[in-house]
Amino acid sequence: MKFGILVTEGPYQHQASDSALQFCRAALEKGHEVMRVFFYNDGVNNSTRYTTPPQDDRNIVNSWSELAEKHGIDLVVCVAAAQRRGIVDEGEAQRNGKDGNNIAEGFRISGLGQLVEAGIQCDRIVTFGD
Amino acid sequence: MAEPWEEDEGPVKKFMFVNRKAPYGTIYALESLEVVLISAAFDQDVSLVFVDDGVYQLKKGQTTDGIGMKNFSPTYRALEGYDIEKLYVSKESLEERGLSEDDLLVDVQVMSKSEIADLMDDQDVVLSF
Amino acid sequence: MTMLHTVNKSPFERNALDSCMSMANKGSKILLIEDAVVGAVDKNTHAEKIKGAMSDYTFYVLGPDLQARGIDEGNVIDGVNVVDYAGYVDLVAETDNVQSWL
Repeated sequence: MKFGILVTEGPYQHQASDSALQFCRAALEKGHEVMRVFFYNDGVNNSTRYTTPPQDDRNIVNSWSELAEKHGIDLVVCVAAAQRRGIVDEGEAQRNGKDGNNIAEGFRISGLGQLVEAGIQCDRIVTFGD
Repeated sequence: MAEPWEEDEGPVKKFMFVNRKAPYGTIYALESLEVVLISAAFDQDVSLVFVDDGVYQLKKGQTTDGIGMKNFSPTYRALEGYDIEKLYVSKESLEERGLSEDDLLVDVQVMSKSEIADLMDDQDVVLSF
Repeated sequence: MTMLHTVNKSPFERNALDSCMSMANKGSKILLIEDAVVGAVDKNTHAEKIKGAMSDYTFYVLGPDLQARGIDEGNVIDGVNVVDYAGYVDLVAETDNVQSWL
């Protein structure tokens, strides 16, 4: 079965990102496909590579990057929500005159249409939020 | 070139957006509305449900000057222009808050939670904000 | 159609479980995750809501979230099924759609 995942809260503050990661891992282990994880609302904060948790804590951002690379998952960050919260890739940095970018490996910034498209193409959309 | 979802014969799924939070205290109401507007471009079967404090998203007379935030409530009136006309409001949620249909800024269908439950059961995708 | 409803808030903190149960059709499955698992403890003051609704819904609770909060599975309300993440995935796959009561 093809799953789409929606994450609407940032990492660490809420369990949502951790739950979503555990759900994805379990789904993949059972042979399902995770086509896309869409990050919306404060969920876009899952995508900054400047995240630096203490060494004995999990690195949620890296966990997403690694999972995406290993299983070919499309990690999409909503552009409008990202702009509000200061998440930028190289293109967005140039367009908006910012002096750097902070998007982590494996994430891409795109429009909300990617969420609707996931809804159309996936068998299920599972939301993790606050 | 037309995107795949812009072709006439594309799949139509039933999308329901469940709005349960009052506006302004959190961004959910505004960002939910942004998804709704985008979904209109995909020619899907879209419905919006307002329950719990979500009914306040449609309350007439929102005036946000005093809190320094943008009043986005006029956008709900524009939904009709995007062919989004299925707006369902929980009768119980209105009554619990001392509100009635006359307090709302758009035309909606007021229905019981059990009627909304039947509609929800019939959806392909339910997104909750 | 059968729906899966997930709830992630403690009934002591928010009305997500009440709201879910007021809008979930009979025959639905309700899964308690994250902080909502505290509502699955037998003898908690909200437990009667779940016990009283067992003929309408099948209740599940996420085991890893119970364990994380120091709740023994033996203290979960009789009839509430404990599942792991694989079981969570199965519930999503075997129902027709899923609504998260956040």
